[in-house]
Amino acid sequence: MHDTLTQAEAVRPRPATIPGLGRQLRSEEMVINMGPQHPSTHGVLRLELVVDGEEVVEVIPHIGYLHRCFEKHCEHMTNYQQVIPYADRLDYVAAMSNEFGYVIAVEKLLKIQVPERVEYIRVIMAELSRIVSHLIAIGTYGMDIGAFTPFLYCMRDREHVLDIFENACGARLLYNYMWVGGLSHDVPPDFQEKVRAFCKYFRPSIKELNDLLSYNKIFIERTANVGVLPGEVAINYAVSGPTLRGSGVKWDIRKNDPYSVYPKLDFEIPFGKGEKGTVGDCWDRYMVRVHEMEQSVKIIEQAVEQLPAGDVQVAIPKRIRPAAGDLYVRTETPKGELGYYIVSDGTATPFRVKVKAPCFVNLSALPAMCRGAMIADVVAILGSIDIVLGEVDR
Amino acid sequence: MIPQEILDSLKSQFGDAIVEAKLEGVIDPFIKIAPEKVKDVCYFLRDQEKMSFDTLNLLTGMDYTGGKLGVVYHLSSTKLQHKIVLKVEVPADNAHVQSVESVWKTANWHEREAYDMIGLIFDGHPDLRRILMPDDWEGHPLRKDYKVPEFYNGMKVPY
Repeated sequence: MHDTLTQAEAVRPRPATIPGLGRQLRSEEMVINMGPQHPSTHGVLRLELVVDGEEVVEVIPHIGYLHRCFEKHCEHMTNYQQVIPYADRLDYVAAMSNEFGYVIAVEKLLKIQVPERVEYIRVIMAELSRIVSHLIAIGTYGMDIGAFTPFLYCMRDREHVLDIFENACGARLLYNYMWVGGLSHDVPPDFQEKVRAFCKYFRPSIKELNDLLSYNKIFIERTANVGVLPGEVAINYAVSGPTLRGSGVKWDIRKNDPYSVYPKLDFEIPFGKGEKGTVGDCWDRYMVRVHEMEQSVKIIEQAVEQLPAGDVQVAIPKRIRPAAGDLYVRTETPKGELGYYIVSDGTATPFRVKVKAPCFVNLSALPAMCRGAMIADVVAILGSIDIVLGEVDR
Repeated sequence: MIPQEILDSLKSQFGDAIVEAKLEGVIDPFIKIAPEKVKDVCYFLRDQEKMSFDTLNLLTGMDYTGGKLGVVYHLSSTKLQHKIVLKVEVPADNAHVQSVESVWKTANWHEREAYDMIGLIFDGHPDLRRILMPDDWEGHPLRKDYKVPEFYNGMKVPY
């Protein structure tokens, strides 16, 4: 009898007859809401899951719960510098990287060159914040999957970086440290020493993390071959950062469209190779982050050695008025390509600031990754693209 | 490819659809195209081998004031590593632009945002609804003439 079933019918659950009643069980698609308050959505995100049994047919993300009109605020500032603290709050776990992109954009608009010392300090800060961001991504990802301990290890290591930030600028989360034309103030005298000490401490920590989580059999079972995003689909969705590189695309703006002093520093681009499953699965995306932390340590070590002496601020007028024009500047933040499209009309206030938020774009590819997955895998897939809702909703 | 070559090849293919181009004296060279030809131009840019613009980095909705709205497309190629900017201008009272969702999937959310914030209508978009603002919000907040409503669903907006 089964021979007459087609492949699809055999796989699909068919209405079963309830014994004794002669009635058939209803079988239809069901809609489940995941969020807005759900531990694995890392903030206020609602996913509307259309499921057929355990299988996910469609995922519809609903965003905007954390929308705070960043772009509207920018148009109502009295000057360009006032935007910097707001930029901090986009991706609040890696605030330095957000400032970095914005100040580069405004400096390019003003056609000013900042001292080399500033560039190096900015790169060190950006790479340290990449480590912080990836530690949070890895820690919370482990927790989503069910491993609580790595989270504590990650938070412990993150604390060391936050101490360095606090020592340099007084703040631990939102810094307002990079200013147009330089930095708010120079780093303290023991900065280099502290950063070196951190690098020395952190290398073995990565190995510890690998032993604890990355090559853990249960973790691999939960993430390998799950949520596969092929390279060409990833490019069509314009995803960036570890999510793109996890799909085997060797693309990093620090190398492919270099800015600041990155061309002077030696590092590699880690990308997904399908080591434990298929290229572009959750484990690949996860592992790219681990390798990126190693590369960041390498960059920081070089930058600290090469750090030149000098000023940390060039003289710029208090109210800057860039010539009318527009530009798009993209930088590689921990989450991916953060772009600022700034339009100036020649006044002291930006005419338009548009943010290309990497998390926003990466999240838009979530439905493509989730189709056909199990409900429990949605959690694993969402964690692997590492979103921060502050940036998705702006 | 340098922007001049891209412009020449677009001009020979589309002729009148290329409204204006500014390649010198600006930070990012741009080409302005007619709104009814957006989709064709984008398919051409993506599929021609020597163009290969496989990534839409950013799609921005603009309010240029004076009854003019616009869309700005930042394109780049991961294969050939070149970039170009496309601009489209439409009147505010008839703000229809062709959707490029079928060309680059990433445009889906960007176009929804441009609709939400500026009020541009993207013809051919599969699911054009608000994305950041609540579904029942009135008006488009990033329009330059936007007035913050006094009440939202009977609640006083506090500023």
